[in-house]
Amino acid sequence: MKLTRREILAVGTGAGVASLFGMPALASATDDLIAAFTGGAEVGSGALALTAPEIAENGNTVPIEISAPGAVAVTVFADGNPVPAVATFNFGPLNPSRGASTRIRLAKSQNVIAVAKMEDGSFQRAEAAVKVTIGGCGG
Amino acid sequence: MAKGVKPRVKVPKSASAGDTITIKTLISHKMESGQRKDSDGNQIPRSIINRFVADFNGQNVIDVTLEPAISTNPYFQFDATVPESGEFKFTWYDDDGSVYETSKTIEVN
Repeated sequence: MKLTRREILAVGTGAGVASLFGMPALASATDDLIAAFTGGAEVGSGALALTAPEIAENGNTVPIEISAPGAVAVTVFADGNPVPAVATFNFGPLNPSRGASTRIRLAKSQNVIAVAKMEDGSFQRAEAAVKVTIGGCGG
Repeated sequence: MAKGVKPRVKVPKSASAGDTITIKTLISHKMESGQRKDSDGNQIPRSIINRFVADFNGQNVIDVTLEPAISTNPYFQFDATVPESGEFKFTWYDDDGSVYETSKTIEVN
């Protein structure tokens, strides 16, 4: 079968669109997880602080800190990792600042996203872009 | 049980009632993510600590669910209020079913 010019253009556009949607497909796995955590509720911002370095030389240990006064639980995602979920922090009554810091692995430069569930049932979100020089996956 | 697992916890020895103190915890564990391959190209199976809990006199302070994206030798730092003298209890749960425990007492005056 000989392809006409019109068909070639159509195929080319299709491939272009597919490659455009390749990245959002990865990110939407994170969105799905966030939706599963929030139950589809509206997510605000402001009360949750996520601290992460702008540039991480070693993706194997990237220090992050969350702080969300009034939160009962905070979930952290990394949208560029093979498995986006990072950790879930549930805070008990004896934790006054509702904050914690830890070290995480990042496979490549990406966004780290934290979603907090507040005491009143609402949700808060914070995001930080981290540039990773050496990835922390495989080896 | 994974080899060489050793929990280390830093809690102040004393505090005033109602004070907020900072606790640092570290446990040596290789946290094999299940993504890596060995030299023959075989996948190394996942072996991580999947849960960490800190309690004070039976009341919960923090309860963390860990995923493979937590670094080797998982480290946590967090705050706690101490209403009275008592004991902090820290528990780590391994994928293979082992449980690592340690505790620290604090004197409140």
